[in-house]
Amino acid sequence: MAGTAVRGRLTWQTATVSSLTRETPSVCTIALDVPHWGGHQAGQHLDVRLTADDGYQAEREYSIAAAPGEPVAITVERLDDGEVSPYLTDDLRTGDELEIRGPVGGYFVWEAGPHDRPLLLVAGGSGIVPLRAILRHRQRTGATVPTRLLYSARSLADVIYREELGQYHDGVQVSYTLTRSQPPGWTGHTGRVDAALLAEVAWPASQDPVAYVCGPTNFVEAAAAGLIGLSYPDQRVKTERFGGTGGP
Amino acid sequence: MSPVSRGFHGRRRETPGQSGRVPPGQYLTTDFPVLSAGPTPHTPLGEWTFSIRQGRDVTRSWSWAEIQALPAETITVDIHCVTRWSKLDTMWAGVSMDTLLGQVEHSAGYVLAFSDGGYTTNLPIADVSDGKAWLAFSYDGGPLPAEHGGPARLLVPHLYFWKSAKWVRGLELLDHDEPGFWETYGYNMYGDPWREQRYAGD
Repeated sequence: MAGTAVRGRLTWQTATVSSLTRETPSVCTIALDVPHWGGHQAGQHLDVRLTADDGYQAEREYSIAAAPGEPVAITVERLDDGEVSPYLTDDLRTGDELEIRGPVGGYFVWEAGPHDRPLLLVAGGSGIVPLRAILRHRQRTGATVPTRLLYSARSLADVIYREELGQYHDGVQVSYTLTRSQPPGWTGHTGRVDAALLAEVAWPASQDPVAYVCGPTNFVEAAAAGLIGLSYPDQRVKTERFGGTGGP
Repeated sequence: MSPVSRGFHGRRRETPGQSGRVPPGQYLTTDFPVLSAGPTPHTPLGEWTFSIRQGRDVTRSWSWAEIQALPAETITVDIHCVTRWSKLDTMWAGVSMDTLLGQVEHSAGYVLAFSDGGYTTNLPIADVSDGKAWLAFSYDGGPLPAEHGGPARLLVPHLYFWKSAKWVRGLELLDHDEPGFWETYGYNMYGDPWREQRYAGD
């Protein structure tokens, strides 16, 4: 496995919110001005720390939504019973300061290379965030690796980056499955990602693809198991599970 | 000095009995979130073994039935994940690592735990000795579910939970410290939650 280790000490630094973009009613992208950013890879995450006026602090980690070389950004989904995410999605304003450190993680990353395997990206809900960084990285580096994205969302209104994802062509196929409600005339997939849907959408294992699966635990368990069932080798299925089964 | 996050008050969840039990930077959850880098492996119990190795040699190996025949302990502990959740009073059953290591002659200073799926993590021998670590096969009164590391995982609750290797199949005895999977990717070699040793250099 490639040595993509984070070296040296990761120190906290103060970043400034440069813009806020409402992606869906509960999801916001926060672009940050970070004075000392050592760069990151597509798929990595960073830590955010908030401090109350009495010194109380709360930390969380969020996937980086930006491609390497782009200004740092995170996309945050509000969890209604959460401690940190409602502040980030609803209370934060442009010009506010946030403490961050990163990048963190080095396994769930994608780099363009000379011998690219077909790329399968499987997203559940806000699990699209690190996969969006991968897609943008692919685009910015001019990589031509054939790519498929299967994105599961509750409804069309819950699809994050919908406009941006609609602009991909040239080797990127985007498929949606809507699990709870579909607009009239919906011709995409419906229902949860399962073995049958993967058999239809995923690259055949014979093409030696690599898969990145990100989403809530149950989603990732089902999608990863489905890919193993399609004869994807374990080491070609990289997963990132959002701990949240409703937790903060 | 950290800048104050305008309008952030936070949720102080300290309640009586929890004081001093949540390490810095952690929050309490009543869920049991799942974090793993790959698919969940499923090894049939008939093929499952737990081995202690020195270099390439298997020094001692136990079948599932042999592990089940060893004296088991019930363990109630607080656990702390590097992704910041902590969970109090989790209940496990398993075999003490002292029982397993006690059946092997060695002078190792460190171990590298290895798992189905290729996961590894490193620990000083002192941290898997003297009642500090178990091979756990039961959670909350039932069999340990596969997504939480079943059939058996390492349980080393005084360190961040990535050290409690899921799907563990054995320990390699080493005379030196060697980074495991997450440690290679910049996570801390030791991982003490009370000193907030999340990443290399913390």
